[in-house]
Amino acid sequence: MTRPDKRKIDETRKIEAKAGIIPRADGSAMFKIGNTIAYAAVYGPRNLYPKFLQNPQKGILRCSYNMMPFSGSGDRVRPGSSRRSREISMVTEKALMPVLNLEEYPNAVIDIFIELPQTDAGTRCAGICAASIALADAGLVMKSMVSSIAVGLVNDEPVADLSKEEEDIEGTVDIPIAVLPRTGELTLLQLDGEIKKEDLQKAIEIGKKACLKINDIQKKTLKDKYKQVNKDV
Amino acid sequence: MSEILIKDKEIVVPGENLAKGMDCLPGNGTYRDKEFIVASKLGMVNVDGRALKIIPLSGKYSPKRDDIIIGQVCDIVFSGWRVETNSAYQAMLNVRDATSEYIEKTADLTKYFNFGDYIVAKITNVTSQKLIDLTMKAPGLHKLSGGRIIKINTNKVPRVIGKQGSMVSMVKNATGCRITVGQNGLVWIDGEPENEIIAVDAVKMIEKESHISGLTERIKSFLEKSTGKKVIVGEVR
Repeated sequence: MTRPDKRKIDETRKIEAKAGIIPRADGSAMFKIGNTIAYAAVYGPRNLYPKFLQNPQKGILRCSYNMMPFSGSGDRVRPGSSRRSREISMVTEKALMPVLNLEEYPNAVIDIFIELPQTDAGTRCAGICAASIALADAGLVMKSMVSSIAVGLVNDEPVADLSKEEEDIEGTVDIPIAVLPRTGELTLLQLDGEIKKEDLQKAIEIGKKACLKINDIQKKTLKDKYKQVNKDV
Repeated sequence: MSEILIKDKEIVVPGENLAKGMDCLPGNGTYRDKEFIVASKLGMVNVDGRALKIIPLSGKYSPKRDDIIIGQVCDIVFSGWRVETNSAYQAMLNVRDATSEYIEKTADLTKYFNFGDYIVAKITNVTSQKLIDLTMKAPGLHKLSGGRIIKINTNKVPRVIGKQGSMVSMVKNATGCRITVGQNGLVWIDGEPENEIIAVDAVKMIEKESHISGLTERIKSFLEKSTGKKVIVGEVR
């Protein structure tokens, strides 16, 4: 069984990325996978107010995930936060938290804003990839980058990077994962649908491989921004 | 025997393995994970024998002891002044460390430094909770009046200052402005209005083009073109 867009089972859509695109932010990035585009801006560490939110033991990470009104393929997306966007903000936060050393910034906050001007499928994964580049660009201490991709079961076959078309096929299972490429640890694992244990394991393996490729793109993006520094100094 | 996996001066990203083996030492911006030394920051690697460290290229100012910074008074409390430092944390300037003269307990502290005043101060201590103490009792530390303040990337401050202050002295000599560069990325420039503008442009140019070689020459010709005078390089004032 072939995929609707003739990709191989472990082949991702076309990926483009760019770092440092928002001058006012401390770190920023664009991550494009297929027709999904995510922009991430990182501000901080900075003062946190109101004061009761401050934690004297460690800094706070705040994520905001937002789909723009015109981003979908069909109806206008209602602007503002929704149950869905709040959930995704939360899982993004949890996916990125393990790599950050927040103990270094007591009483402070790191803000991540993820905006999606165009969405197809795999928005939370694109958001996490963009946010990871932006965090590194902001010069924060990180154990590792975070790479993320959606895997799943399409027509009973484990595949990587589902497109909207594949997502809408009856019986498709959608599993967004986030991976620390250095160790292969998972920081995000959600599952929508029903899947056999063996298929799940197979899908995650495919996802991990795809994440390594994404990590190479993330690395290259960051290095390209500073290429000239390398030549000169 | 350990093996270094990257080249000196290479740009690395967080999570990249830098070296393998137990006899390498992890320095700033790196950490050890079993036998690997791993980068924890985006920056340029500096290999010094067996010690590896990362020189960051981006990021906010993180306060360090003995740094001389430019801060803005944002609050006046019983025991002194709170100062905005261009980092995530405010610093504290105690009455005792503010001036050499005796300040009465009941004195009006705005007489010395008022809200919004900019001061050049030195960091005497930073705790693990990021409580910062400042002092004004050292040569060259004073309140700033007149002139203008610009903000630059903290990591570019060494480039603006130059080797033994050569870069900033060149701008000073050419424009006749008084310039103070704080480690926290705030720069104070004071002089004739039109010269101030030239100095601001020069500092911004250094910040923007610091990674392209031949910087000193380019700044020199920029200054010569805009001031219409000959500029002497390398004279430290």
